[in-house]
Amino acid sequence: MANLKNVTKKTKAQAMGMHSEVLTGRTQQKFFNPDEAENFYYFGTYDVDFNKRTDLDVKDMTAADANKEIDNLMSQGYGTIVIKNPQGKHSIGVGILNKLNLIFEGSLGYFGIGSCDGPIVRINGRVGWSCAENLMAGKVVIEKNAGSCFGAAIRGGDLICKGSVGARTGIDMKGGTIIIGGDAGAFTGFMMQRGRIIILGNVGINLGDSMYDGTIFVGGEIGSYGSDAVDAELTKSDQDWLKRKLKVAEIGENFNVSKMKKIVAGKKLWNYDNLEPTEKKGAI
Amino acid sequence: MCGIAGLIHRGKSSKVGHELQGMLQALKHRGEDSTGYALYGDTDGKNFIMRFKVGENVGEGSTSVAEDVSVYDERKKIVDSYLSEMGAKIIKEDRILPYSLRYEIEYNKKDLLEFSQKIESIPGVEILSMGKSLEVIKDLGNAKMVCDRYNLDKLVGTHAIGHARMATESGVDIKSAHPFWGYPFSDVSVVHNGQLTNYWNNRRALENKGMRFMSECDSELIAVYLAEKMRDGASLEEGMKESLTGLDGVFTYFVATKDSLGMAKDTMAAKPLVLYESDELVAMGSEEIAIRSILPQEIDTYDPFDGEVKVWQI
Repeated sequence: MANLKNVTKKTKAQAMGMHSEVLTGRTQQKFFNPDEAENFYYFGTYDVDFNKRTDLDVKDMTAADANKEIDNLMSQGYGTIVIKNPQGKHSIGVGILNKLNLIFEGSLGYFGIGSCDGPIVRINGRVGWSCAENLMAGKVVIEKNAGSCFGAAIRGGDLICKGSVGARTGIDMKGGTIIIGGDAGAFTGFMMQRGRIIILGNVGINLGDSMYDGTIFVGGEIGSYGSDAVDAELTKSDQDWLKRKLKVAEIGENFNVSKMKKIVAGKKLWNYDNLEPTEKKGAI
Repeated sequence: MCGIAGLIHRGKSSKVGHELQGMLQALKHRGEDSTGYALYGDTDGKNFIMRFKVGENVGEGSTSVAEDVSVYDERKKIVDSYLSEMGAKIIKEDRILPYSLRYEIEYNKKDLLEFSQKIESIPGVEILSMGKSLEVIKDLGNAKMVCDRYNLDKLVGTHAIGHARMATESGVDIKSAHPFWGYPFSDVSVVHNGQLTNYWNNRRALENKGMRFMSECDSELIAVYLAEKMRDGASLEEGMKESLTGLDGVFTYFVATKDSLGMAKDTMAAKPLVLYESDELVAMGSEEIAIRSILPQEIDTYDPFDGEVKVWQI
């Protein structure tokens, strides 16, 4: 870890006497020793066997009961669980923190597959708003369409929708990859901070509005660019990555990636100045 | 947060009262302060059906002031006398609740403005709907409670829209409940989910043009806004498209007329809507579970995009 106390190069703000606090707080503490990895215990995880398979009919269950039963099945070592009759229920398949093959035979409502870390999920249907919110790792494949806020704030993993998605896809995302086979709505990539979004179809207005970082690839037409979203050169490396990613995602394998547009953050927003607006006025 | 739902059968009739009840009940977690139905029933199209109220529901949770039933009776008498004065003949009369009435009226004039103004000049009286097919029924409580109270389960028709309300910006009462009648146009109704931020500016402008508001609910603006556009000669779809820029805020709303059903979504796409569309049926709601209540089998649904307007015919 870098010794921040000894950094000699000063920013303009620091030179003016601002941001002079010494960083000695909680963020500088060492919380674990990598050599003691065998002692780590990830609460709520199970060792499951992918070959141990079962069905779960949730038709007459509440979302809470369905999630508890999924947890119970994982505790028994089931590594492949097929959910029958989800019928658009909300908040199913959430908080799964280990490897698991989870298959939904039908559609989900809002907040499906939220806060997961590791499962491979296939949804043979549609999903409502905020699917896979806060995904840390794993792979989620949706065979039909998805609602708005698809992949909100994800930090890792692959999130694939073979149909079209609503507005604000990848809002506030901090990593991972979102792949859309169809069209995407307004404000796609709104305030995204890291990660990549691939849209094979058209995208609505305000694409990449106020994005901090990350990359958006678009195959179709763009309604309009959001604040600070700018075009960038599509490199050979980008194209190779796109081909590989689309192939692994089982989507658009033959798509002509060389015609795709690449959008990144222009990084001209005020928050890149390291100064608060009032400080900025003083510095001018 | 409120929930809206709508459906239209194309080429056939069905028990739309029962179907809409199921859809709205599935959305009751989005609000159950009040629930409203706009049902387009099968009629012979000869007479008007006027749904009106002569008072408010003052039950649990209501923000209305209690009145004696004799006050309702007195208002009803004045309504009857005004109808007679205007040459309207009451063919059938149902007093479903002390404050809520349904009249079948023979009335030959097409312009309902003068008619409505006369009836609503009686303090405490509000026409909930006027049309040859439309019936607006709204009251406090969730969808099942209202359906049972007004015996809507058996109503057969072609299309319907409804609203499950969580009161946020106006009172818990019938006058603030949705759907809103597109006064003074026969058979026009509106439900809305969202907030309109230029309500007062638009209201003042529309009132200066002679349009009428019965509540302080921002959603009523949509009905009045569209009515004004149609009064000026615009089609329903044209009016809806203009509303995307004329109305400010976040909204998804449905409009229904005698033979059509439409939806509009604001340019921010901030309010949810899930849509199922086939040759026989269009069903839509704030959440997919509303549609699932009438179509439990696996179906293809989607979210309309920002700034989208769609209209379907029966």
